Amino acid sequence: MTRLFPWVALAVFASIPLWLHDPYLLNAFITTGIFIIAAMSLNLLLGYTGQLSLGHVAFFGIGAYTSALTSLGFDVELIGGLRVVHEPWPVWTGLVLGTLVAGLCGYIVGKLSFRVRGAYFVIVTISFAEVVRLVALNWVELTQGPLALTSIPPMTLGLPGLGYFDFYSKQSYFYLVLAIVVISYVIIRRLVYSRVGRAMVALKENESLAVSVGIDVTRYLVLAAVVSAGIAGAAGSLYAHYLKIIDPDVFLFLYTITMVIMVITGGKGTLAGPIVGGLIFGFIPVVARSFAAPEVQWILYGLFMILIVFVLPQGIVPAVENLFTARSKAEFPASPKAKIQDAP
Amino acid sequence: MNAAQPIAARPALSIEHIAVHFGGLVAIADMNFVVNEGEVVSLIGPNGAGKTTAFNIITGFLRPSQGEVRYRGTPLTHLKPHQVAELGLVRTFQRTSVFQSVSVFENVMIGLHRRGRSRLWDTLLALPRERESENDLRAKAHEILEFVGIERRANELAGSLAYGEQRLLGVALALAAEPSMLLLDEPVSGMNATETARFMQLLGRLRKLGVTILLVEHDMPMVMGVSDRIVVLNYGRIIAEGPPAAIQGNPEVIRAYLGQGARKRAGD
Repeated sequence: MTRLFPWVALAVFASIPLWLHDPYLLNAFITTGIFIIAAMSLNLLLGYTGQLSLGHVAFFGIGAYTSALTSLGFDVELIGGLRVVHEPWPVWTGLVLGTLVAGLCGYIVGKLSFRVRGAYFVIVTISFAEVVRLVALNWVELTQGPLALTSIPPMTLGLPGLGYFDFYSKQSYFYLVLAIVVISYVIIRRLVYSRVGRAMVALKENESLAVSVGIDVTRYLVLAAVVSAGIAGAAGSLYAHYLKIIDPDVFLFLYTITMVIMVITGGKGTLAGPIVGGLIFGFIPVVARSFAAPEVQWILYGLFMILIVFVLPQGIVPAVENLFTARSKAEFPASPKAKIQDAP
Repeated sequence: MNAAQPIAARPALSIEHIAVHFGGLVAIADMNFVVNEGEVVSLIGPNGAGKTTAFNIITGFLRPSQGEVRYRGTPLTHLKPHQVAELGLVRTFQRTSVFQSVSVFENVMIGLHRRGRSRLWDTLLALPRERESENDLRAKAHEILEFVGIERRANELAGSLAYGEQRLLGVALALAAEPSMLLLDEPVSGMNATETARFMQLLGRLRKLGVTILLVEHDMPMVMGVSDRIVVLNYGRIIAEGPPAAIQGNPEVIRAYLGQGARKRAGD
């Protein structure tokens, strides 16, 4: 039953463009899907290694800018009169490069903060995001600054001689986003259910104990940062080629917060958590819009968030899982010992 | 865990002129002792004598102010804790010795980390080697839980185990890392008499497997029962060293530690 669930969910999502023709709702699914990818990447760091990256939007934005610039081309003069000219490349290379460059930045941040944990890790990531935002805002020659990069080409897939397929329609873009969601899910799932994932959980639970059995925690923290940043970069690339315009506002702290809300409410440290949380908080504005004024929409958003965190502090997915296991164990009540978890 | 017989006086771990200063405080002053292959050595002394500090030095959690620690000839003082573990020198902790919110079985699987053979690509692409490696690890995890005697608890949360069983799981976790030498930090504190007796049997079986053991413990009957040699620390200095019988009769040890405990009990 639980094994089948991801497949059922995939089938349902794959059927959406077949019966849903409202472009507004399809658009909501696409942008929500993009943020779900980003939230899934954040969950790998926050839910499994226990490190909160509050600058996660930096990787998203780096992926977006890298991908856009790869497909648009640029001509900049560096210090010392060195001129770098880049001719536009096929759009799909932007997706690949966006992922790789974001992953590389994840490596740098991971290495820089290899000794800091908890609050200090949070500060390093926030600072990194702010620095990147300022670069995007002020390096006008490369990024157009606040004027934004415009006319970003739509995503196309293909090779010379084999023909091209473009994702111009909303239906096709929906499937592209869904494909990246699935690929990210599979990558994260395989990592989490392996010795790599166990090493990450060990780092989260008790770092001293983890190193005492020979786990090189730094290595796994950096690995998690690289994979997480790379997936966030891919999401950013999808975002850039969907909106076809990006400005330094993609680095807004608000987007990081959105990702964190999706992960926490859905259930951090669970594979389905960011998807469930992402769908809920991606669609609250859409649903609320039909009956509420804009200010009221955000009040509802906030109330709903507080409600979930208050009632289900572990998140929605763990709560549902517990409900199921409690039912199947009803005939064999757990030993009373199991309840005294914090006994000294 | 190779089935090796104890070999006569071949040094496994040697502590050479180790000193630790925390600011002006001397935690350990010029400590020298050797643990031979296959031996069970206990480190005893009053609280604050430097026993846990010594453990932290040996396993790379703390750098000494001077001196060197060698394991089978390899200097350890510049290694990180996980590198020390890779050499086969594995410790347990006094308090939190298990991953609380993970199942007992998963705890041991985490401990088996070093034995996994799958590379990152095997994992990401789900290549056959990943499955083989995972199956091997699962089989080993069951073996270790059985060896320690908490097989029945495999699927329970580690944090929900009784205290004594948590200590056993801590040892299982350390064993999973394939130690040739174990450092146990007060393993039976908080255990009742039956559990302690069971633990002593476990130590006996470990010893038969050829695992060298360094023990920090306050439970004197147990220390006297399992140790080949005892090293006594007081105020960061070694005040005596020798077989249990000699230590029990050593006047300085009685004054500094054994007798002090007796006086305390009388005062209560």
